[in-house]
Amino acid sequence: MSAYSVNGQTVEHDEEGYITNLSDWSKDLAEVIAKEENIDMTEEHWAVVNFLREYYDEYQIAPAVRVLIKAIKKSMGPEVGNNKYMYELFPYGPAKQACKIAGLPKPTGCV
Amino acid sequence: MAADGDDIPKLSHPLEIPKLKCGAMEGLQPFIAAPEHQEKLGFPGELVPNWKEVALAKMAELAEKNRAFQVYLDACVKCGACTDKCHYFLGTGDPKNMPVARQDLLRSVYRRYFTFAGKYFPSLVGARDLTEEVLQEWYSYYHQCSECRRCSVFCPYGIDTAEITMAAREIMDAVGMGQKYSNEIIGKVKDVGNNLGLNPKALAATLEDLEEEIEDDTGISVRLPLDEKGADILLVTPSADFFAEPHIDGLIGYAKVFHEAGVSWTLSSYASEAANFGLFIGSYENMREIALRIRKAAEDLGVKRIIFGECGHAWRVAYSFLNTLAGPFDFLDPKYPVPQHILEFTWNEIQKGTLKFDKSQNDHIKLTYHDSCNVARASRMGDEPGGQFEIPRNVIKAVCNYYYDMDRSTTHESTLCCGGGGGLLTDDLMELRKKGASPRMTALQEVTEEHGVTHMAAICAICKTQFSKVMPAYGYDMDSIVSVHQLVSNAIILTGQDGDDDDSEDETEAA
Repeated sequence: MSAYSVNGQTVEHDEEGYITNLSDWSKDLAEVIAKEENIDMTEEHWAVVNFLREYYDEYQIAPAVRVLIKAIKKSMGPEVGNNKYMYELFPYGPAKQACKIAGLPKPTGCV
Repeated sequence: MAADGDDIPKLSHPLEIPKLKCGAMEGLQPFIAAPEHQEKLGFPGELVPNWKEVALAKMAELAEKNRAFQVYLDACVKCGACTDKCHYFLGTGDPKNMPVARQDLLRSVYRRYFTFAGKYFPSLVGARDLTEEVLQEWYSYYHQCSECRRCSVFCPYGIDTAEITMAAREIMDAVGMGQKYSNEIIGKVKDVGNNLGLNPKALAATLEDLEEEIEDDTGISVRLPLDEKGADILLVTPSADFFAEPHIDGLIGYAKVFHEAGVSWTLSSYASEAANFGLFIGSYENMREIALRIRKAAEDLGVKRIIFGECGHAWRVAYSFLNTLAGPFDFLDPKYPVPQHILEFTWNEIQKGTLKFDKSQNDHIKLTYHDSCNVARASRMGDEPGGQFEIPRNVIKAVCNYYYDMDRSTTHESTLCCGGGGGLLTDDLMELRKKGASPRMTALQEVTEEHGVTHMAAICAICKTQFSKVMPAYGYDMDSIVSVHQLVSNAIILTGQDGDDDDSEDETEAA
């Protein structure tokens, strides 16, 4: 099992880079994961990551893509809150890549 | 090996036979299932020390229990009819992705241990010992088959090649070498009720959100009921319909159709999954356990009918096996088929004239239709042979003005797999998925050039996700793949909605 290194600590992740212990997550770790994914975290990235974590806290699962988009549209406006822009922020998809950075489990199934 | 499918082939025709690239996909293997995923399904957590004996015993058991499997192993005469029928072979050029060669990875071992000639003269009959290398080769190439059964259509002996892949995966599960993607998902169905791991609270919240969205869009209150006892219809749909794009637009379409038809219906949080990955890994026990959830939900909710949403292999399991896996369904209303497909329901309503459409709402796009493999080759819809081909097209044509079929050698019973079916819709196989999609993408490009087709519709959650991921590699936007009921949703005029005028000339065309 491989691991991220953040502030002198190691944080284990699975074969695909999702952290194995969700309580290991920190903002610094998110920056480290994002770097591995070739993403520079901006305010917009953080809006997505923060919403995902809030939603997960309440529902123990990531939201549907359109629920996420609707929430971001509300908080950041329609220029950011749309499907196309989400993929610009997270080229590998707001569901999977953003979840990885947010320290959530990978959505599984036919998605 | 190419990173992430960078060298996807450019084909001059969807079925162009590639130059052979020996070993091109050798060593490509999806992630192995973790012990906790394996054990939840009743399989050993990791490779057992006496794996060879266990594998051969399992093979013997399968051959004895399943006569068809033994016939498939014995009957092949290497005529070659299947060699160029696999989308993974066409897309990768790897000769081991020729169906006959893939099957022979297992068949050669069967011959060595279970036939007279193979036992005494192995080299004469291409029989080989079961070794660690062979096991690794199985793991690699039996996860480069999507069990789509296109090759079977062309086999003069009627060998169901998918059964060989399923048996190989069953043997690998038995020795503790399962695939992470499929087995983790089956575990989630057992724990939570669906592939996604969507719990009842989150499911209810998602459905409420969609109800709000429909009301915002149309001004009409359309319900998406959950766990409502006494409803007439239980809708069982892939959990991707609660999560992914464009699947969720299909779900909205089902809800609008039910609303306009005036029927009572409900989803179930216990059976919140139509997909049944037990089929993909060839495990009857797991397939049955998943199917029984649907029966229990139908009984607990007291429904009269079961309808399946847009999901390819789910419809195969439902149409072909549900009764033997989880029947008899004598508690349901015998007036209706058990189960029914949402497209059968919608098409019936269109014929009855209960649905009103404004087809011009789909005039911004030109459509083609991708027949999903399990619907096309392993099931039927309606009362007429070929209904599984005609009914989806009829519904699309009832709601869209611009529809064009792709090359006939790539549709209907000869349809090509999307490239992500059979348990291969996983990121660790993305290169294979992109290459395997090339025949279908080439057929799509042809109708784009000829007729200006912009979008492709499908009725399978796997197809939809697969295409939304691979289409950008072929020059299409990810939203060029649409749900059939998304098109219905676009065009349907709800009673009381703006544009709903009984005197209007836009009345339903299909009455």
